Amino acid sequence: MTSEEAVIDVRNLTKRFGGKTVVDHLALKVPKGSIYGFLGPNGSGKTTTIRLVCGLLRPDEGEGTALGYDVVRDSAHIKARTGYMTQKFSLYEDLSIRENLDFVARLYAMDNRKQRVDDALADLGLKERASQLAGTLSGGWKQRLALAACMIHEPDLLLLDEPTAGVDPKARRDFWDQIRRYARAGVTTLVSTHYMDEAVQCDRIAYIAYGKKLIDAPTKDIPAQVGLKAWRVEADDLTRLHDRLNGQPGVELIARFGTELHVCGMDDALLAAAVKSVADEPGYQAEHIEAGLEEVFIHLMAQSADNMK
Amino acid sequence: MTARAPSRFALARVAAVFLKELIQMRRDRFTFAIMIAMPVMQVLLFGFAINNDPRHLATAVELREDSPLSRSFLAAMKQSSFFDIVAVTHQAGEGDAMLQSGDATFLVVIPEGFEHRLVRGERPEILLAADASDPIAAGGALGALEPIAAAAFEADLDGALSNLNATPAPYQIVTQRRFNPEGETSFNIVPALLGVILTMTMVMVTSIALTRELERGTMETLLATPVQPAEIMLGKTLPYIFVGGVQTVLVLLAAFTLFHIPFTGSLLALLAGVTVFTFANLMLGYLISTVAKTQMQAMQLTFFVFLPSILLSGFMFPFRAMPNWAQWIGEALPLTHFLRLVRETILKEGGFPATSGDLLRLTIILVVLTGLALARFRKTLD
Repeated sequence: MTSEEAVIDVRNLTKRFGGKTVVDHLALKVPKGSIYGFLGPNGSGKTTTIRLVCGLLRPDEGEGTALGYDVVRDSAHIKARTGYMTQKFSLYEDLSIRENLDFVARLYAMDNRKQRVDDALADLGLKERASQLAGTLSGGWKQRLALAACMIHEPDLLLLDEPTAGVDPKARRDFWDQIRRYARAGVTTLVSTHYMDEAVQCDRIAYIAYGKKLIDAPTKDIPAQVGLKAWRVEADDLTRLHDRLNGQPGVELIARFGTELHVCGMDDALLAAAVKSVADEPGYQAEHIEAGLEEVFIHLMAQSADNMK
Repeated sequence: MTARAPSRFALARVAAVFLKELIQMRRDRFTFAIMIAMPVMQVLLFGFAINNDPRHLATAVELREDSPLSRSFLAAMKQSSFFDIVAVTHQAGEGDAMLQSGDATFLVVIPEGFEHRLVRGERPEILLAADASDPIAAGGALGALEPIAAAAFEADLDGALSNLNATPAPYQIVTQRRFNPEGETSFNIVPALLGVILTMTMVMVTSIALTRELERGTMETLLATPVQPAEIMLGKTLPYIFVGGVQTVLVLLAAFTLFHIPFTGSLLALLAGVTVFTFANLMLGYLISTVAKTQMQAMQLTFFVFLPSILLSGFMFPFRAMPNWAQWIGEALPLTHFLRLVRETILKEGGFPATSGDLLRLTIILVVLTGLALARFRKTLD
């Protein structure tokens, strides 16, 4: 099983903070070279799980390996071959771009340090601004610097915690191009995100809520697996259309996409009846479509919120 | 007129801020505890320990003759609350050694043939030698010894000898101020200031070493790398050794050129002391940094260390005049040992054998602080 070798393989991972269970008996298996998406609402335990994997937190229960090393006992070995990008920018704002990269390269005791830093600066396109203080960079540039810093020791595993939060779409696209290049080179990536356009780029997605894993499947199989049905409905007055559909039996979710509504629910027959009931709207058009990832995840989040009640 | 003008001062907004601060204060239990505990502890500590009217000062008595008069004198001295007899010797020179080492602040010598010469009316001398490197402690000694001597001999000089009780007294007290004959306060204060300055700056800079990383979030990056706790500790403290070196040179230059303080001892012994002392202070600061969660807490803990360092180390008040328990606290402070070492080397002609005791104690403090700091360091974000 060389090609299916699991770079992260943890079971029963549990972490409590002051009696509150943040990660609850979570299992995760990330194959080598894959891009693994980690989705879930705010506070669902994504960051905590990532920190458990790279040894920044000690699990209360559970065991497993990352890169073949025990996550509890051998975290020093894991750290040496892992690049971890924190959610909040956590390089030194009072050091220059070059100084930050140089500092990180020294911590990993890299050979040819100067060359590596120069290469990283060239890759970033920051060669002319190398002496600029990191604190003066814009959000997007900070993210790219942080990615360069966590790649400088050529890790085999990348842990990215909401790496593109607050970054413009162009920078986000560049960022993901970079991640895919790494993946082709054999680097395994676990990335948490809230963005659906990013989620679809992942090979596989684990969805967690309240510390529990609800879904873990190849990205393209997720809508079918959840079984959410969807209709695309159009009308001249979208607001009235929305109001009329809202609350009807079978309608669990209405999402607005530009000039159309996506109406979703688990019961196909009830949903079809609800859509038919607004056929008298001027400009009415309706079509059965496959539910998108975004609707699926909104649906999942709504469900897990219900679970909490 | 429904809404109030937004620019007007509103008590409601003051209340909003006030309540928020109260909530935050209550949440930050640690800072709150320091604010309450610190004044209480300090009042208890310093209120009892600080004594501007020195008493119970360590005194060595050298009785070079064994006679009824010298025994009465010794008995009278033991009654005194000013002098605490730490040693009685009969050998010339032993008392000097104790004065040199700092084990005794005073030395009282009854010379050979004292009784014989006193009876013959030759007015023999009683020698009172004081370690004047701390002029405050030396000050009251002469005034304290005269009534003791008078009372001691009065009872013995009766009958045929009662005529000797006339004035002037049948003996003379000769005082010597050792190590700082002029009683210059600056001779004591300026070298000691070196210790105070090093304590202040070194503890302060390292006390925020880790809390700043925590507050800025950079600790997460640091901990995600393979860097080890001891590496972080050394990397963060070593730069300040140079800062301490520059401070030392500046203070010593000022001492010798502006205050004309004589340098009598071994420079090498002094520098060895400065080095270990600076390290000990850096580790003390670093230990604070592993305890405090915010820079604010680190600063408060730093001041918690400053005050006893200044008040209980022998810097402000004579160390030997403090009660025993206060001396024990003082012994745990790096500054106490450094002050002895710096006075020894600058004023008391001291070199390596004499300073090795203080150097050893400083080293022990350094090792303990380093061990505690490493034990306290958290390798995870838990």
